[in-house]
Amino acid sequence: MEELLVKYFRPKLPHIWCPGCGNGIVTASVVKAIDKLQLDQDKTAIVSGIGCSSRASGYLNFDTLHTAHGRAIPFATGIKLVKPDHNVIVLTGDGDATAIGGNHFIHAARRNINLTVVVFNNSIYGMTGGQYSPLTPHRGMATTAPFGNVDRPFDLCELAKGAGATFVARATTYHANLLADLIAKAIEHKGFALVEAITACPVSFGRQNKMGTPANMIKWQRDNAVMVEAMAKMKPEQLEGKFPIGVLHQAEGTEYVTEYQKVIKRAMGSGE
Amino acid sequence: MAKAVLMQGNHACAEGAIAAGARFFAGYPITPSTEVAELLAKRLPQVGGSFIQMEDEIAGMAAIIGASLAGTKSLTATSGPGFSLKQELIGYASMAEVPCVIVNVQRTGPSTGQPTSPAQGDVMQARWGSHGDRGVIALSPSSVPECFTLTVEAFNLAEKYRTPVVLLLDEIIGHMREKFVMPDPASLTIVNRKKPALPPGEFLPYKPEADGVAPMPGYGEGYRFHTTGLVHDYTGFPSGSNAVTHELIERLHTKITNNIDDIVKYEALELDDAEVAVVAFGGTARSAYAAIESARAEGIKAGLFRPITIWPVPEKQLFTVAEKVKTIIVAEMNYGQYVGEVRRVVCGKANVVSLAKWNNDPITPNELLNAIKAGR
Repeated sequence: MEELLVKYFRPKLPHIWCPGCGNGIVTASVVKAIDKLQLDQDKTAIVSGIGCSSRASGYLNFDTLHTAHGRAIPFATGIKLVKPDHNVIVLTGDGDATAIGGNHFIHAARRNINLTVVVFNNSIYGMTGGQYSPLTPHRGMATTAPFGNVDRPFDLCELAKGAGATFVARATTYHANLLADLIAKAIEHKGFALVEAITACPVSFGRQNKMGTPANMIKWQRDNAVMVEAMAKMKPEQLEGKFPIGVLHQAEGTEYVTEYQKVIKRAMGSGE
Repeated sequence: MAKAVLMQGNHACAEGAIAAGARFFAGYPITPSTEVAELLAKRLPQVGGSFIQMEDEIAGMAAIIGASLAGTKSLTATSGPGFSLKQELIGYASMAEVPCVIVNVQRTGPSTGQPTSPAQGDVMQARWGSHGDRGVIALSPSSVPECFTLTVEAFNLAEKYRTPVVLLLDEIIGHMREKFVMPDPASLTIVNRKKPALPPGEFLPYKPEADGVAPMPGYGEGYRFHTTGLVHDYTGFPSGSNAVTHELIERLHTKITNNIDDIVKYEALELDDAEVAVVAFGGTARSAYAAIESARAEGIKAGLFRPITIWPVPEKQLFTVAEKVKTIIVAEMNYGQYVGEVRRVVCGKANVVSLAKWNNDPITPNELLNAIKAGR
């Protein structure tokens, strides 16, 4: 890890995250994936939005862009279109990606543009102090839902799949190695790739929802996340409260930037 | 090679962008600016560039900032409601000092207003639309050829001063067709952003040079720099320091105000002996030309001051006009916006009269002529 720290992290630590926060585990998984694939650091851009998780970009030693709330994906879209050979990785949170940035999320998935989007899902707005997001569980507690959350949450992976994403995966910070492997697969995938990373926010979510210590929150991930292949063999009564992890969806599909490069060739009169 | 063309202002903007070296457009269809996008959808890939129609106005603005940071000159085009939606990210481009051009073809507002009617109601929004304090450059063309040349100029200023530049058209100019000779691109002065002279490791991405502007690397050039909309120090990383905040926000203004003579463009017509000066820009200036010609034919000493750069205000030049004339008439297709700036600048040196009109109709030469006669 020392080697990874020196190579991929800027000397910007300590980070801003609270004790017990899972964001560091997710960020480390991103770095492990990049290292596994030996990506060219000068041809890799990290783009983030606003919120706790989106501060990750500042710690990483690449061309990095900390954008505005919800807008990481369209900023990344602009980069990818003018730098088709660069890896463009978006780090974003559940509120950032699915509330204020929800429109961009579904349309990037629809276009199947070759971006890797890692959503740090801590089920809450952490930075502003614990308001409900589109991924806060129904009846979950939040500072803006003092009597329990009335909203029903998205299933982020199903949303991405439905919108046209061609690679969809989920893991938790307990399953950190799996998470790194899935992010690596997502980067390798040619098309819009989502990795949902379930991560604990002990301060803003755990406390309000009586989930105990940070360690207990990670144990909750261990006890409720089930590999998608194993889940298929489980009985309905065993599935209560469980959620699948692993590669949940993978499909072939024309990729936006590749298609647009063909447009340029046609327009320039050199054929395809 | 220079060639004679007949085209509308919106198309001239698109061609100007290509000539300026823009190779990326992202936007959303909106009347009366859509022709900018339509022509660029065709023209950009022909020159190896990229066009994308985004899911909304905000995304269009986001994508051009991303593309520009990566190293490609970029623009978007919009109108009233879209201009409102883009404001947050226009502020981002100011804060992060990302060169880009925003074409806003003004229509009657507020809200959906009158999408197909001309107006100049976004003058103050171009200056103050985004939250917080920042310096702003906005240009207002009055003809189709000027749409072309000012689009080139807008890119040059954006690149030179690392700032978003607003090209404030109105529906009259955007949809008006005129014949003009499109210059040979090779004959144009094209400014590109300064590149770092220092190697990565020594280079500080937000440390300004003497002109108040820092050199700007692109993506993939080895600099691995960080960009944020947070207050940041010379390294580009967030800072909570009061001193850093003070210096940064001040520089966002002074890099423009300290270079105002380089930035400001205006037209002064028949002002040497004028008793009455009309201040008009964009489509309204076209009526002013006719009104001044009529006034002069009747022996009335009238002239025109046309701010081409409407932000920053050509303060020095306006003040000089005010010292010589009795009356300044500020003609604009809104409820009276720029007139406040003119009053501020001339400090009572001349009588400032507002000729404001906001009913979708252009201000006619006759209305202006009557105002000139009343102002004598």
